[in-house]
Amino acid sequence: MRLEPINNPNIARKSVPPAIALLTTILITSVLAMLAGANPFSVFGLILEGAFGSQFALLETLNRATPLIFTGLAVAVAFRAKFWNIGAEAQLYAGALITVLLGIGILQWPAAILLPFIIVASIIAGAILLLVPALLKTRFGVDEVVTTLLFNFIFLLFVSMLLEGPLKDPMGMGWPKSARLIPEARLPRLFEGLRLHWGFGLAIFSSIIVWVIQTKSTLGYEMRAVGLNKKAAAFAGISVNLVLIKTALISGGLAALAGFSEVAGLKGSLTLDLSPGFGYTGIIVAMLALLNPLGVVVAALFVAGIFVGADSMSRAAGVPTYLADIMLAVALLLMVLAIMLTRFRVIRD
Amino acid sequence: MTDTLVEALSLDAITKRFGELTANDAVSLSLNQGEAIALLGENGAGKTTLMNILFGQYTADSGTVRVFGEKLPPGNSRAALNAGVGMVHQHFTLADNLTVQENITLGTQSLLSYSSNSAGAKAHIIALSNKYQLAVSPNARVGTLTVGERQRVEILKALYRNVRILILDEPTAVLTPQETDDLFATLRHAISDGLAIIFISHKLHEVMTIADRVVVLRHGKIAGKVEIKNTSKEALAKMMMGTEASPPEVANSTPGAALLELRKTSTLDIGNKPGLRDVSLTLREGQIIGLAGVSGNGQAAIADLIGGSMYPVSGQILLSGTPIQGWTPHNAVKSGIARIPEDRHKTGTIADFNLTENAILEHYKSSNFSTCGWLNWRKSRTFASAIVKKYDVRCPGIDTPIRLLSGGNMQKLILGRVLEGQPRVILANQPVRGLDIGAVNYVHNQLLNARNRGAAILIISEDLDEIMALSDVIHVISSGRLSPAFDRGQMTPTQLGLWMAGSGFDGEVSNAS
Repeated sequence: MRLEPINNPNIARKSVPPAIALLTTILITSVLAMLAGANPFSVFGLILEGAFGSQFALLETLNRATPLIFTGLAVAVAFRAKFWNIGAEAQLYAGALITVLLGIGILQWPAAILLPFIIVASIIAGAILLLVPALLKTRFGVDEVVTTLLFNFIFLLFVSMLLEGPLKDPMGMGWPKSARLIPEARLPRLFEGLRLHWGFGLAIFSSIIVWVIQTKSTLGYEMRAVGLNKKAAAFAGISVNLVLIKTALISGGLAALAGFSEVAGLKGSLTLDLSPGFGYTGIIVAMLALLNPLGVVVAALFVAGIFVGADSMSRAAGVPTYLADIMLAVALLLMVLAIMLTRFRVIRD
Repeated sequence: MTDTLVEALSLDAITKRFGELTANDAVSLSLNQGEAIALLGENGAGKTTLMNILFGQYTADSGTVRVFGEKLPPGNSRAALNAGVGMVHQHFTLADNLTVQENITLGTQSLLSYSSNSAGAKAHIIALSNKYQLAVSPNARVGTLTVGERQRVEILKALYRNVRILILDEPTAVLTPQETDDLFATLRHAISDGLAIIFISHKLHEVMTIADRVVVLRHGKIAGKVEIKNTSKEALAKMMMGTEASPPEVANSTPGAALLELRKTSTLDIGNKPGLRDVSLTLREGQIIGLAGVSGNGQAAIADLIGGSMYPVSGQILLSGTPIQGWTPHNAVKSGIARIPEDRHKTGTIADFNLTENAILEHYKSSNFSTCGWLNWRKSRTFASAIVKKYDVRCPGIDTPIRLLSGGNMQKLILGRVLEGQPRVILANQPVRGLDIGAVNYVHNQLLNARNRGAAILIISEDLDEIMALSDVIHVISSGRLSPAFDRGQMTPTQLGLWMAGSGFDGEVSNAS
């Protein structure tokens, strides 16, 4: 069996494999739902209803999608230049940590100054955290997959240490939890009376900015060139290492915004369970979106919808929530396969 | 030779379409045992597609392939191999870290067999290499071999598998004239033993030398089938192009000031490729310098030095007499050096970028195409359209990914990209490798025009004909050493061939004629 590239795929070739992938995902998860003793039709109905069925459900999904948009963008930007940032989780916590450090009362500024200041500081924190693996790669050729992945553990343990020590909330009754942000450091709600904060607006705004950078700017052009063919890019006069470093700075900054937005918009304080793996799920989001920054928003809503919907479904149908994890994993694997099939024809020998 | 002709291969009405394009349109040809046919055609004429169908890489839309009367199942490479079809690719398919013997026997043995008959294999290889004068040691690591030796390994690999039909794709592109003669002697021997050969080449005089018959393809169709004894180079060129090809007229030039100078430059060895040894070379206004030599003797280092990708470990690079500092590809482009890279697929273009994006690759930062870090796509597209029109790049449109273009059209885009900047120095590394005669003449004429308006040009080529036709001055490079300058007509191809083989440097050839 081998693959033959298709030069100009038509619409059917582009759309049929993804559709089959989606149907197969539903089929496989239906079987699992049946094994768990539930009616598969009602399971999917409940997931949909739990994710998008009511105003509360929809807002919950949008809130859950917010950090995924940021981490998805971070991964999409890096992967586009073939810089494999697996460390969005650590960069997320770097943003969250800076937000807490600056937001719990050290700076008594009005919100209009304090919030932008914290945003910029978070971006810088995430950027610096990813700068280290980027420099190790460009200077010494150290594989960034390894360094960024290991940084996740190092940084999470570092945050844990701070939460058990200097950052521990004296009023927190012994829990490893930071003090709460002052009101000026909290992100306001997007609409009065609705449980949706400005982090979502910032996420949408960021995805548009990233899209504009990628398609209209020389930097975006350089990043795509480096990602597609380093050798030709270098020959044409693009400084590959400089582009990789700039990419890393942008990627780290975007991931850090996820941490900022979760702390300042939703939680109000920092705990070790701030992120249930948003950094890693960002990889799924970016891949499902084919690394397209606008597609990241759609993919993040899809993934968040499954998570939120599965939560409510499991309560109603008595099926374990990890059905959602399986669903996402199957969807990702099949989608990657389907995307390959839109570009290649399988030929049997 | 044989009294009764045995038909080794017959292709019957092969048709293959890629979307709108018909790559092969009802192509039929037959090949007898002990016969060599040459497959001629411009780039994009469908030669490669046809060979890929024969070899089972592609499935034909219609038509059949028969080998010794047996129909080959379509799209099955293994069946083609088993039927005795072998191919020596233009780019060798050898593992550098394995020995010659390991490369030759690779894949001939079942994974499940316990023992390997290594001694028997070795004896067989030595017997084959003696019989066909393919001198190469079975124990040598392929990474240490020269290009000519590697090609011998490829041919041995095919012979070891008892191929009865051998396809050679541009086999002489990387050889010295002497090595080419040796190759032809080997092939003649194999043909007289009954091997059937398909010889793909652009070099008409080689086709005339080795082939019994010629099949010419044009736009996917058979444009003619002739016996060699009934044709001439001119007639073949005409058949291939549809019109008569006119080689460029080269008037004498009057060289001007030195624009770029390498002064006693040396570079480090890279792998088994030698670095430069005290090389001095001056590129002058209105002069074409040809750098002849067998691939891998330091041409890449010279190209990298001039193109800005490398800095010498000793010696200097001077631009208009001034030593340069901070030498990068970007600075080289800014200094007016146009670079046509050796590998247009991997270095010259980004395959998945469209024509527009590739057209601005070296200049996207200039004020023509961007302001303050924002690209001006409108101007970029205008530029790409202008190149497509002026340099006759045949393509479905400027939004097409460049990987869909043929090599010749890709090269025309690169040519347009560099020549539109009115460069003062042009570095053309293998500018016409793999191109058809139409494109070759086009590229050569563009380079001559550039010379006539005063550009200093360095052409690096393994094709001695090209060097001798175009160059005002010829240097030969061998093992990182540069020969003295020879004026046009001073040296015969044989004398240059000896320099290419390295003997001139030891004083065996007098450099005065």
